[in-house]
Amino acid sequence: MSIDKPGFETLQLHAGTPPDPVTGARQTPIYQNTSYVFEDADHAADLFNLQTFGFIYSRLTNPTVAALEERIAALEGGRGTTACASGHAAQVLAFFALMAPGDEIVASTRLYGGSITQLSKTFRKFDWHAHFVDFDDPAAVRAAVGPRTKALFCEALANPGGVVSDLEVLAEIAEAAGIPLVVDNTMATPYLIRPIDWGADLVIHSTTKFLSGNGTAMGGAVVDSGTFDWGRNDKFPSLSRPEEAYHGLTFWETFGDLAFTMYTHAVSLRDLGPSQSPMNAWLTLLGIETLSVRMERQCANALAVAQFLEAHPQVAWVSYAGLESSKYKALAEKYLPKGAGAVFTFGIEGGYEAGRAMVENCELLSHLANIGDTRSLVIHPASTTHRQLTPEQQVAAGAGPEVIRLSIGLETLDDILADLDQALGHARRMAAE
Amino acid sequence: MNHDTYPNSYIRRILRETRTIAMVGASANWNRPSHFAMKYLQTKGYRVIPVNPGQAGKQILGETCYASLADIPESFDMVDVFRNSEAAGEVAEEAIRLKDAKGIRTLWMQLGVRNDAAAARAEAAGLQVVMNRCPKIEFGRLNAELSWGGFNSGIVTSKRRKLRAS
Repeated sequence: MSIDKPGFETLQLHAGTPPDPVTGARQTPIYQNTSYVFEDADHAADLFNLQTFGFIYSRLTNPTVAALEERIAALEGGRGTTACASGHAAQVLAFFALMAPGDEIVASTRLYGGSITQLSKTFRKFDWHAHFVDFDDPAAVRAAVGPRTKALFCEALANPGGVVSDLEVLAEIAEAAGIPLVVDNTMATPYLIRPIDWGADLVIHSTTKFLSGNGTAMGGAVVDSGTFDWGRNDKFPSLSRPEEAYHGLTFWETFGDLAFTMYTHAVSLRDLGPSQSPMNAWLTLLGIETLSVRMERQCANALAVAQFLEAHPQVAWVSYAGLESSKYKALAEKYLPKGAGAVFTFGIEGGYEAGRAMVENCELLSHLANIGDTRSLVIHPASTTHRQLTPEQQVAAGAGPEVIRLSIGLETLDDILADLDQALGHARRMAAE
Repeated sequence: MNHDTYPNSYIRRILRETRTIAMVGASANWNRPSHFAMKYLQTKGYRVIPVNPGQAGKQILGETCYASLADIPESFDMVDVFRNSEAAGEVAEEAIRLKDAKGIRTLWMQLGVRNDAAAARAEAAGLQVVMNRCPKIEFGRLNAELSWGGFNSGIVTSKRRKLRAS
């Protein structure tokens, strides 16, 4: 029997990690190592010229990190992946290959708050400009694209609150404009949706979340679909024009569908430097081995928690795309048939103070700034993750004063419900006092 | 043969049964893709004979360059086409003409090169055809070297890869 098209569960265990050829070790070795011996001077020159495959220095590539990269590429249905230090680093790497000073990104107002800050404040120092648009409105997205726009950027399933992007529509807009659709798939993971199947050209991850899964390792990844024609217009000279640092080599001509991932390692990681550590890559590989079973259970728990909260008198609203009441229910059924994720928001009666009180009184749910852990997590975005935003931006991002974000884990469902119930009770009593 | 996706077994068989490759469009410039694809394939044990009218009679990477496939004095298993898709048609015709005289078994068109009409004629003449692929990248993909760069090799295996003995 030959397995030419392995299933998702097979890939999450095996992609990128055949047995170690030297020792036969079945689990992937941690190559805790910076640099690699050349066979001879000619081999060294070939490696530095990108003319053969191999390792030079772990800032560019490392065997353990490469195993993670291949596994994520396989799970997302992409050609190649560049792993890096964090999800924020992944965003820098993705856009670094696309952008020049003065260029623009059209991005969703629903992006995670930290991404909005990165795009609107820090990217401005590179003279990169983000325009934030309501991605539920295709006409507004289309109208925001100008001659200097180099990418559309959204999340498949947005953090914090149950927003599903209509990727097919967005992919058509990007295609008509001759620019890539860049999709952050951190919240949904490739188990729930593979954005490339719906027309995305690049997929971004914070692997810190569901992929590593246990709250152990920081990491990010950029997956290239390999299907975008970088030579179709003059918008992407980094890939379609000769690169001085490699003696005039043109990435698109030389490497074809490998070009983006080659560039992102050989230029972006080389010169910006946010490489992922082998130890973190190994922890993330270990986490991914159980991704499908974790996501299945965490989505089921999240739906049950969302239904419980929707019926709770202390709760004003619940924003979870798996609920009948969600305006994104139809999109969730189309794009996320296996589950609407495990992170969502709800509005607590009593506003900002009630929100803070509720979070402080959780005893099982952990009050911290992360999502996608096996443990259930709770946070009040307006006073934490989305604090850097203006009140208007907070509301647009679904992180207004009364909003609580939950990331539901793998604990016994009844225990999660009991903890939420008692914390909501505390918040009500404090409000009454 | 479906030329959009090739089974791994098909590519693997061609790369295993091939010993000598005539590379049409091999460049003498060290920084051109054909030059370093040739160099890589040489390190993997293939003999690569360059074909390039502009370099005929000169040496590229230790091999004499010929003006045409017909000028190559010995036999070869594969024709690797580093020309554009249109020019690949003429190369295919020459390969079909020389198939029996030179023992040619495979017509391989490089990454970005695809000529379906030429492929159909070559297949009708009994040649195996691969299009829009690079033998260097495919060799690397099937032998876990492409994976070192973070690429999706499409290979899932629990078998230990054999190491090259030196």
